[in-house]
Amino acid sequence: MDKHFARSEMLPPLPPPLTERGVVKWLRENLFSTPFNIALTLFGILVLWWLVSTSLPWWLNSVWVADSLGQCRDIVAANAGEGATGACWASIHVWWGAFIFGFYPPEEWWRPILAFGLLFAALAPVLFAGQKRNLTLLLGVVAAFLLVTLWLAGTPTLAFLLAVALIAGLVGLAQVAPGRLLWFTLVYPALCFWLLWGGSIWSPLVAMAGFAVLYAVFRAASPLIGLSPAAGAGFVAAVLWWLYLDAPVAAALQSVLPLAIEAINSDQFGGFLLATVIGVTGISFSLPIGILLALGRQSDMLIVKTLSVGFIEFVRGVPLITLLFTASLLLQYFLPPGTNFDIILRVIILVTFFAAAYLAEVIRGGLAALPRGQYEAADALGLDYWRAQRLIILPQALKISIPAIVSTFIGLFKDTTLVSFVGLMDPLRGVTTILRADINWKGIYWEPYIFVGFIFFLICFGMSRYSMYLEKKLKTDHR
Amino acid sequence: MAEASKMQISDEVAIQIVGMNKWYGTFHVLRDINMTVQRGERIVICGPSGSGKSTLIRCINRLEEHQQGQIVVDGTELTNDLKNIDKVRSEVGMVFQHFNLFPHLTILENLTLAPIWVRKVPKKEAEETAMYFLQKVKIPEQAMKYPGQLSGGQQQRVAIARSLCMRPRIMLFDEPTSALDPEMIKEVLDTMIQLAEEGMTMLCVTHEMGFAQAVANRVIFMDQGQIVEQNEPKEFFNNPKSDRTKLFLSQILGH
Repeated sequence: MDKHFARSEMLPPLPPPLTERGVVKWLRENLFSTPFNIALTLFGILVLWWLVSTSLPWWLNSVWVADSLGQCRDIVAANAGEGATGACWASIHVWWGAFIFGFYPPEEWWRPILAFGLLFAALAPVLFAGQKRNLTLLLGVVAAFLLVTLWLAGTPTLAFLLAVALIAGLVGLAQVAPGRLLWFTLVYPALCFWLLWGGSIWSPLVAMAGFAVLYAVFRAASPLIGLSPAAGAGFVAAVLWWLYLDAPVAAALQSVLPLAIEAINSDQFGGFLLATVIGVTGISFSLPIGILLALGRQSDMLIVKTLSVGFIEFVRGVPLITLLFTASLLLQYFLPPGTNFDIILRVIILVTFFAAAYLAEVIRGGLAALPRGQYEAADALGLDYWRAQRLIILPQALKISIPAIVSTFIGLFKDTTLVSFVGLMDPLRGVTTILRADINWKGIYWEPYIFVGFIFFLICFGMSRYSMYLEKKLKTDHR
Repeated sequence: MAEASKMQISDEVAIQIVGMNKWYGTFHVLRDINMTVQRGERIVICGPSGSGKSTLIRCINRLEEHQQGQIVVDGTELTNDLKNIDKVRSEVGMVFQHFNLFPHLTILENLTLAPIWVRKVPKKEAEETAMYFLQKVKIPEQAMKYPGQLSGGQQQRVAIARSLCMRPRIMLFDEPTSALDPEMIKEVLDTMIQLAEEGMTMLCVTHEMGFAQAVANRVIFMDQGQIVEQNEPKEFFNNPKSDRTKLFLSQILGH
């Protein structure tokens, strides 16, 4: 080349050569790039073929309606010849109610169904904040689901009409003021509790009033004694309310204005109803507790820090089953005599603490990943600690931790099956064991486990996809 | 920039530091610092790395704590009292070497966050102020983008605008151009010069000696945690008194 060179026009971009595009390139690069990879590909195809060819008849010969395993086998033999294998999904069909609701009385099934549908209505404004289209879509699906299932479950007319009015109101609210839906989210825990356990409507309302007490004391005291002591005073007032005033006030209100539905005892809960109740409550309460623990662990205040570290290390260092046994046996000893502390509630509290300890460490990782400059910029702008955390630090730290947080949630949800160890009827061990002990289905093995596994997979996969969606939505480094 | 140096300095004291000492563990980073900054003064602090110049200006808005002596900013003494710290921080703006924009917020949100939450300005008013200052740093069209989509120079100008939105009376600059590509240094310096012309009290840690000559009233040279020499820029560059200053100047101006 000449010593002097100056380009007079810039080169335009060209499309890549043909060999760099399309299916052929993909196949060559991913499946047949080296002799070793060719061998692996062929071996993989062989394994796949073997798996499919051996299990396919079993799937294809599935029997959906039968009264017993023997009848199932007869049907398979009649259809596919002697010695053929076939899945007997009829067992799931017959035990469907127990898988979903446990021993919850069938005439009251509409209550968990309604609670389940409304759960998504309550989650909608949290999951899709500010996105009217997704919100409306989700609420529409909930409405359709509830209309069909509530009707099928033979809901009493009044309850049906009230439920329809409620969901119609929510869909309407989503159009007018989507932000207001969060109020429903706040009310939902009490509503759900009342629907599931029944009894007087006043007990959940009075229990919720405890939070109002907390807030009122906080507001009244904060100008006098400062924010943190006021928060502490509010908390103490709320605990006192729950311990001493809750029950008499609820009883008094009930005697003045009796409004109650049939009470259902905790030992009648089971199946996926139980797993969902424990899982969803655990997930929604463990996140805020985990955040507070993570912040506490980073705090400069010695007592806060020591307590947080002690809690996290203790709970993380103990197997969940130990905690569950504690929930079922030991906790009773520590509480004042005569307190009837519901077993499901106890399990929920310990599962929540267990997940919170893990989440705290996950979130601490996210906090540690933030550059110090973010804290300094927040300080330099005059933001106080809580505002800096809420507006600057946590949104970023939580975003970084999304994959790990969702992993913890998925783990928590699957761990709900461990409650079978304290005598609760979880779907995996509890219901399946009962099914397999049924004289009609003695000898059945694969089908119930596959069914339960499949449902768990659906739910966990859903969570995983949502986390991927969230990560994509929150991505702001367009580099 | 002749008119810039002619700008008047009032008698009012903006920052007063008396006998200030600071240690990191056993390491004595700042030694007996005494300085007074008048309102409207523009001071450039320079010195070799590790000389404590960044630490000094970070003490002024309490990003670093001092262990001895007194720092009074706008009549408020910096102590452990959180109220005083908040008061000082809302009067003093700071621009960092690495911009420290909030990557999860848009440019506009970066600018309006502190006014809305600290100053309790209504959102609409805060956005108008933000757009005014974005116009001033000449990037109003980027308001809806995220920091990650902007060049370094643009990010630093946003950072300056973000500080200005809090209407500070004093601005601190901690090596504002050190992390920038040469092509982008000028756009940031231009913004700073414009700010100086408007009479802002500025303390600037920088190695941009051209900037110092153009706008500073005073140049402070620091080494080993102490103020070695301070003078008007002309005198400082043409007639340095201490040997350490001469060596430093020969090293940074020598090539």
